[in-house]
Parts: sequence; C-alpha cells; structure tokens
Amino acid sequence: MINIKNLTKKFDKIRAVDNVSLNIQEGEVFGLLGQNGAGKTTIIHMLATLLKPTSGTALINGYDIIKNASKVRKNIGIVFQAPSSDDMLTGFENLKIHSYLYGVPSELRVKRINELLKLVGLYERKDDIVKKYSGGMRRRLEIGRGLIHKPKVMFLDEPTLGLDPNSRKSMWEYIQKLVKEEKITIILTTHYMEEADTLCDRIGFINKGKIIAIDTPQQLKLMVKNNNNNNNTDKYIGDIIGLHFKVTEEINSQDNNNNNSPILTKNIEILKSFKFVKKVEQKRESENKDLVLILYVDNINYNLPIILKSIDNVEYIEFSQPTLDDVFYTFTKGRIAEEPEGGFMERYAQYDKK
Amino acid sequence: MTLNQILNSKFINNFLSVYAIWLREFKVYLRERSRLVGSLFTPLLWLFIVGSGIGSSTTLSIDVNYQKFIFPGIISMSIIFTSVFYGAYIIWDRKFDFLKSVMVAPISRETIFIGKTLGGMTNSLIQVFMLLIIGLFIGIEYSVISILQIMFVAVILSFLLTALGLGLGSRMHSLEGFQMIVTFVVFPLFFLSGALYPLDNLPDWLLFLTFIDPATYAVDALRNSTLGIATYSFGFDLLLLFCSAIITTLFGMLSFRKMRAV
Repeated sequence: MINIKNLTKKFDKIRAVDNVSLNIQEGEVFGLLGQNGAGKTTIIHMLATLLKPTSGTALINGYDIIKNASKVRKNIGIVFQAPSSDDMLTGFENLKIHSYLYGVPSELRVKRINELLKLVGLYERKDDIVKKYSGGMRRRLEIGRGLIHKPKVMFLDEPTLGLDPNSRKSMWEYIQKLVKEEKITIILTTHYMEEADTLCDRIGFINKGKIIAIDTPQQLKLMVKNNNNNNNTDKYIGDIIGLHFKVTEEINSQDNNNNNSPILTKNIEILKSFKFVKKVEQKRESENKDLVLILYVDNINYNLPIILKSIDNVEYIEFSQPTLDDVFYTFTKGRIAEEPEGGFMERYAQYDKK
Repeated sequence: MTLNQILNSKFINNFLSVYAIWLREFKVYLRERSRLVGSLFTPLLWLFIVGSGIGSSTTLSIDVNYQKFIFPGIISMSIIFTSVFYGAYIIWDRKFDFLKSVMVAPISRETIFIGKTLGGMTNSLIQVFMLLIIGLFIGIEYSVISILQIMFVAVILSFLLTALGLGLGSRMHSLEGFQMIVTFVVFPLFFLSGALYPLDNLPDWLLFLTFIDPATYAVDALRNSTLGIATYSFGFDLLLLFCSAIITTLFGMLSFRKMRAV
C-alpha cells in the first residue's frame, strides 16, 4: 500500500529525513517513533504531498507522491498535530465543507457525514460549534474529517498529544474501531510508547532521519533483551523476577560464616540450573528482613510457572517486563533531542484555544 | 448525461470547492461579531471625528462639505483595510494549521485562492453596504444607478486588494510580516488614494504617487457616483481598476502556487 524508496529531505544542511525506505502493507497500522526532531512529521508531510522530497520518492496505493500528487491526495486522509478544524463552524459544517473539497458525490454527502459523526461519537453534538468541543472531541472530529472521502491510507500525527488519559484511551478505541470497520492502512506517530504498543502492528524507530529499528512491538522488546545479554546485567532490561521467601528461621538464618541456609542454597542451585535464568542475585533489605532473590530470565510468561513449581516456600513475587519505553531508551541512549522543536506555534496553538 | 453525472462532473466539483472555501469564510465572518463591529467602527471614527474635525476649519475649492467629500474615501478605506487585512490574515492561518487541511485536499491552489478572494470580497461588500446606509444620515443621496456603480467599484476594488493581501501574506513566514504589510501597503494605499483630499492642486510628486495607487481610481469613481465630483472619467477609473485587478490576481495566484504548505 505504501512503498517508500530512499526518501530524503534536507533543510539547509540538516538531513531531516535520510534515505528512508519502507514498505507498509494494506490494513497495517504502522507506528513511527522517535524523539522530537527525529523526522517523523517530515516523513508524514512528504507522504501527504505537503512537502517535496529532496530526493527519493514513495508510492501510495500505486501513485507517486511527486508525479501524481493529486491522485495521492484522493487516497489519503490526515490528522495534524494541532487541531485544524475551524472552531467557528459546527462539527457537521466542518465535515460538509471537506466533503465539497474532496468531491464526495452529492447523493452520498449527508449520509456519509452522519455515518462518520456516529463512528467518532460526535453525532449528538454535530450542530455545536467546535469551540465548545473538548480536546479529544476535536481530534475525533479531525479523524472523521480525514475519512470523508474513504481514503485508503490515514496519517495520524500524534493523535493523542495533550489529551488526558481517559480521552487517550477512548481515542485508541476509536482508532481500533476504525481499523476494523474501515479497513484502512494507518501510519501514526506518537511519543507514547503505550499507545504504539496498543495500536501498532509494526513500529519503526527513527533517529536523526534514519530508521534504526523496525519490527513488531514484541520483537522489538526481545531485541532489547538480546542487545543487553552480554553478561552485563546492569543494562539488562529483560524480564525480572523478585522472589520473596517466607520469613522463617529455617530459610532466613545464616550461619556464622554468612552461608545461606540449606533450603535457600538448594533453591538457588535449582534456579541456576534453568537455561532461561540468566542470573540470580540475593538481596536482604536489612537485618531480620526477609530475603529476596532477584532473577533475570527470558520469556517470563512461560517460565514463571516452571520456576514456581520447582521451588518451595515462596511468599510472594514481583516481576517486571520491558516496555517499549525501555526499547525507546535503549535506541536513543544519550541522544537527548538537540534539534529545535519546529512546531512551537503548533503546540502553542493547542493550549491557547478557548 | 444524468443529473448525477452533471452534479459530479469536474466543473461542478471545482465550483463546489470554491463554494466550500467561500462558505467557510462567510460563516466565520458572520459569527465573529467582534470583528464585524470593530471593522465598522474605524470608518465611523474617520467619518464623524476626522470628517467633522477637519471639516470645521477647511473649505474645499469645490462646493461640498468635507464630511460628505471624504465619504467615498471612507468607503474605499473600509475596503482597503478589510480586504488587505483579510488577505494578510493567511499568515495566521498558516501558523495555526487551518490552511494545511485545505492544502492537502485534492484541489488546486488556484481554487483555494479564488475561494479565499471571494470570501474577502464578501466581507468588504457587507461593510460597504452598512456604510452606504450610514451615508443616508450625512445627507448622501443615491439613485439606483449610483448604487449599482458603487457596488461594481466595490466588487473590483475588494477583489483586487484581497488578492494583493493574499499574495503578500502567502510569501510571509512570520507574524511580523503582518505589521510590514500594514505599514508599507495598507497605509500608503489609503493616504495616497485621495480619500482625504482633492487631487486638483497636488504637487507633482504627490500627484504621481496617487497615480500609481489603484485605490485612487476607486475613490474617484465612488466620488463621481455619490457626489458627481470627479478627476477622471468613470470609464477610465474602471479600466485602470480592472487592469490592476488582473495584475494582483495573477500575482496572488502565482504566490499561492509557490506557497509552502508546511
């Protein structure tokens, strides 16, 4: 559906997008992640024909973004970072104006607008002026507007930026509904890893205009573990289990030479015998406190039951799995966004609106 | 061709796109009450304060009171300010993403330009209409012909100036550009138009400057049809307005085509 070939954009001397090539399948939800100024929005603007590439090109539904811009525009819908609906018009009027701009056939116009307003949950408020909408409602209106001409591809540029957690969740639900009901291909950019994890089939990490990693969210998380497996557990971001044992004399006591109790020693031996356990550490928070064993393991979902079956006397456990946040930190380690944030006014505009 | 085929033809679609952009501008204008009131108040200040103030100590070589004399000039002023501001407002539009959503639609830049220009023109014409009514209170007399003439001149002048404003605005990238346009375009257009003084006894250099200001011909034509006072013939005024409008329209369209979307 989308074939990006060596896409490059230079601003003065900075390569905002550097030789990006990428294929996105029909019906796929693709996430573009990266720091501010990494080039996400620039890629979207080029794909949406708003910006001419310095070199390279892309095909959307078979149409070239440079040679066939008008055809491309008929095939795409876009939601910008800052709401671009007219806040002096009602939701219905906004969609109506765009139905004219996109040449929606006259006999379908009102039907389509009402369908979309229902899809994004704004039908009851369709005759209210957009000024009276909340931030989340405005974004949903934009999504509805972007769908007016039944596009094949939808670009969502930070669709939940500045929304509260509830609106964000409901936005996700609308996007998922959209994927199911309208069967369109989506490229979305976001700073929220949880969002990318929830919505995206595949994720591309961008740094300084280059795609540095591309895979499913699950694979990316594994990748981080493998990257850090070189016996350097300080940097190990894999699955971590903390085993807290029952506070009994039998287990907790140590002899005069600070040796562990036989039960604990045996447990540690069992744990170390598992291939999926990478490292075992023991920790006692203070005198007379219970002992904690910290395990670094692979694939916690399958292996935790095995661990619990084979050792006794566990009181309770704690565990953590790497999130996309960790993936993000790994890929962008030490690279704090240095580029100026171009969209200040765009961000400003969002908070300035009454 | 069936009715549906006609309704969905390319021509109709282009027409509807222009209509859509115009409709947006028109509705926004009607709903922005404060802008409407504000834009009408300035001409009234000029007409009643400056008109009465200067009029009380000035005698014109022609037999007409000063307030009446500047009335056609104030109509032009209202058109100059509204139209150029409206056009230059596109700098804001671009800062705040409104325009992006239109520019990503499968319509040509020319279509956007025409829709916007018609929107600005409508705003100006509504104001002209209200000023015409106020004219009744200062003793201006209209005939059907003079009303038609006034509206015709107003249509051309507002189209011309909105196109100019849009053209300039689309080339500016910062809000400071707006101030530049006000200082170097709006005020000179107004002051050089002869809105506030007769063209008869001007020094040569000033006469020359009024000559290259298209608003001069609008003021002259309006004065001709409201007061029967004129420096040039009505036909000559229209011809020059028309030529200027073609130039600014071409300039505006070219600028729009070149305008960066993001």
